[in-house]
Amino acid sequence: MIEVQHLTYQYPGADGPAVDDLSLTIGNGQFVAILGHNGSGKSTLAKHFNGILRPTSGKVLVNGLDTSDPANALDIRRAVGMVFQNPDNQLVANIVEDDVAFAPENLGVPSGEIRRRVDEALRLVGMYDYRMHAPHLLSGGQKQRVAIAGVIAMQPGCIVLDEPTAMLDPLGRREVIDTVTRLCREQGITVVHITHHMDECIGADRLIVMSEGHIVADGAPAEVFSRVEQLKAEGLAVPATTELLYQLRQAGMDVPLDALSVENCAKTIADALRG
Amino acid sequence: MLKDITLGQYFPGDSVVHRLDPRTKLIWVILYIVALFQATGPVSYGVMVLATAGIVGLSHVPPKALVKGLKPVIIIIALTAVLNLFYTDGTPLVQVWKLTVTYEGVARSCFVVIRIVMLICGTFLLTYTTAPVALTDGLELLLGPLKKLKVPVHEMSMMMSMALRFIPTLIEETDKIMSAQKARGADFESGNLIQRAKALLPILVPLFVSAFRRADELAIAMESRCYHGGEGRTRMKQLQFAGLDYGALAAGVLLAAGMIALRVFGL
Repeated sequence: MIEVQHLTYQYPGADGPAVDDLSLTIGNGQFVAILGHNGSGKSTLAKHFNGILRPTSGKVLVNGLDTSDPANALDIRRAVGMVFQNPDNQLVANIVEDDVAFAPENLGVPSGEIRRRVDEALRLVGMYDYRMHAPHLLSGGQKQRVAIAGVIAMQPGCIVLDEPTAMLDPLGRREVIDTVTRLCREQGITVVHITHHMDECIGADRLIVMSEGHIVADGAPAEVFSRVEQLKAEGLAVPATTELLYQLRQAGMDVPLDALSVENCAKTIADALRG
Repeated sequence: MLKDITLGQYFPGDSVVHRLDPRTKLIWVILYIVALFQATGPVSYGVMVLATAGIVGLSHVPPKALVKGLKPVIIIIALTAVLNLFYTDGTPLVQVWKLTVTYEGVARSCFVVIRIVMLICGTFLLTYTTAPVALTDGLELLLGPLKKLKVPVHEMSMMMSMALRFIPTLIEETDKIMSAQKARGADFESGNLIQRAKALLPILVPLFVSAFRRADELAIAMESRCYHGGEGRTRMKQLQFAGLDYGALAAGVLLAAGMIALRVFGL
């Protein structure tokens, strides 16, 4: 789906590159979480996935199309949808359904087909009942789901979410995470979720940790989080469950570190106590 | 306090006037204005008042809302009325000091007041009964032929609908900034006009900075959703003329023609 080859990007006027010689392949239908601090280069990387930024050096290929060629821009943006941090600044219309229709209208889809896609997209994110509402009267989580519907209406193979939950309350965060997880599992859409919340990465197929423009860890979430010392050295906290297991282990208890959910964690400890 | 700005306010409804195509309504407003400016005598003004009252009745827009819309222009109306009252030559009616009120002056200032009130009612009916998006869509289609003259019609209508979309967002933001500044001891309510204007500066600066940031993010978001100008764009909701629209247009033309005829006869 997305192939990044030796990507380096330096912002104009910056001292060093924001992303430094990074290579990465994202497969079809995967749920990939990218985790990192502010300034780790994760958002810069995300903006390369649909050609908003063009590499200083290296290459980004989407379905084999080079993002640095302006002629590919439309095909790439149709294939990779983007959802941004601030829901207010990405909704373009006064009515929810008109907003969802924006992308297919831009693509010149016939009006009957747009209607069908808009209804389908709104049902998928659970916002169909709100189709006639004004976006500014919705909650943050609802706005973000409308933004996701607006992207799905393009029928992309991949959705990139650039810190979609940063401005939401816990409830709104849950809504958004559940929605994208469902889209990935049920519709087979590739999801790239960029975040700095550990607990939002637990359900992912693959977790990539970034720091200072490099990938410092890449693997299944349980495996990556079990590298507690390395993550701490990068200044990242681990989920509370892993932290608990880690502390127990430090105290001399023989427990594995790869139980992420609360249930699994409890079971692991119970098993260890039974010997 | 900022919540009751009525700019571009729309009263949702299902009246005959609501169901008309926005293009029909736009053309109607033009015909209406043409008709209005033909009115010269009591008969023609009477016809216009009846026509306007008829449309207001059909639209189910509460007359109260129209009165509310007139409030901001009351001073202008009063001023023109007074000026017309004193500065029209003709048969003297009353003389106060050096100012003479004439029969013609009374008639003329009445007519002018009616004319301004009608003008405002007519245009307000348009925005009250048409959703903002429909209005910009209608405008874009009506002005479509100007594209051949390189007039950026699509861009203009896109800008208009973006502005309408962001009015509530920016009002909300202004409220937030005001509260934040008040919490730090800013005072917006006392002092003379100049002091109050100065007090607004700490609101306007952050508001502008954030508006520019929003614009930047919005542009990226629009591009990410494949926006590339008006070329090859389709619409989900296509505007279509129905029998009702042709009827309304015929009535509009009839009204304008009738008014021109009345003017010829000097009524």
